[in-house]
Amino acid sequence: MSGNICTEDILRISGVNPRKCMQCGKCSGTCPNFDEMEYHPHQFVSMVRKGQIDKLAASKSIYKCLSCFACVERCPRNVEPAKLIEAVRLAVIRQQGMDYMRPDDIPALLDDKLPQQAIVSAMRKYRK
Amino acid sequence: MKFSYYPGCTLKTKAKELDAAGRKAAAALGVELEEIENWQCCGAVYPQATDEIATRLSSVRALSAAEEKGQELLTLCSACHHVIKRVNEDMRTNADIRLRANNYLALEKPYTGATNVIHYLEMLRDRVGFDNVKAAVKNPLKGRKIAAYYGCLLLRPSKVMAMDDPENPSILEDFIKAIGATPVIYSQRNECCGGYIALDDKAAAQKRVDAIISGAVAAGADTIVTACPLCMYNLDANATKHVLPVQYFTSLLAEALGIVE
Ligand code: SF4
Ligand code: SF4
Repeated sequence: MSGNICTEDILRISGVNPRKCMQCGKCSGTCPNFDEMEYHPHQFVSMVRKGQIDKLAASKSIYKCLSCFACVERCPRNVEPAKLIEAVRLAVIRQQGMDYMRPDDIPALLDDKLPQQAIVSAMRKYRK
Repeated sequence: MKFSYYPGCTLKTKAKELDAAGRKAAAALGVELEEIENWQCCGAVYPQATDEIATRLSSVRALSAAEEKGQELLTLCSACHHVIKRVNEDMRTNADIRLRANNYLALEKPYTGATNVIHYLEMLRDRVGFDNVKAAVKNPLKGRKIAAYYGCLLLRPSKVMAMDDPENPSILEDFIKAIGATPVIYSQRNECCGGYIALDDKAAAQKRVDAIISGAVAAGADTIVTACPLCMYNLDANATKHVLPVQYFTSLLAEALGIVE
């Protein structure tokens, strides 16, 4: 399913250079959704560098990033780990039949107060 | 003082109050907001991928419309502000994105990032001035202890958003002082509420919100204030430990200016 994603795709989509990373772990230390991830932001960086895209692409971690940009702001080397997570997720959901959430899923998730912004965000993040 | 105004989809629906109070307060302060014609939803999340053009186009249309009028583009929703400001930066600094977006849109005048994007709070601070806001207050919110909730989108990445110190911001606290209330400082004011994860993993959003609200309650806040409809939703609907009233900053401003709803 994800075996056809190559490292070059991820580097191109993200514009990130994982070689700038010094593996200090600050990105993961500051990530507010750390506990929910199997692979953490600094691991995304090192695993992309090592070409281990398949493992990342198969992990639910790609849906756990909140795009809060704490890792981007606080990385001392300006690596921008969130962009790598986004790139792996996009490389997965851009494939036929790989949407993570579909419009049909939305009605069951609605409540009276849910803002449109939440639905638009989810459709942008979880499907193509 | 006149601005092009981009309200965004949620301010026309679930967050009508953020918009309505913002418009009335602006009028009371002598600020004219001209809504952009035929604006389209900004997409709510900034497209981080360098190869996505379509998801940037609605922002570029709004930015170009403001440029045509020679006005700054004023935003109110944190998410719209984040998306439009960052797309504007792409149009200014990324030649590939600029070329492809312009090829697609074929505007009369190619858009190259000239418009200044300004958030309502920045308008209050930098154009009106908090001193003048304070002078216009008829009903100071004396005795109220208000926790400012910045969340992520207004502040980060600070290189582009350039609103305030990303780790020790003060614009909302200064606003709270200007309307006569007391700001309450607590630890999680610039950490994420969970955002859109509320749809996919409610428990994760609840965990985030409980950490934020617990901190604000422990610091003695009676209200928490936000500029973002999704933060409003999470802080309200996904709090499981404490309940703290959540308000839009424009509602507090309208109240302080003595504007009767
Ligand atoms: S904070 Fe930056 S340098 Fe440190 S591990 Fe994360 S990506 Fe690497
Ligand atoms: S942007 Fe994503 S990975 Fe980075 S700190 Fe926020 S939730 Fe964690």
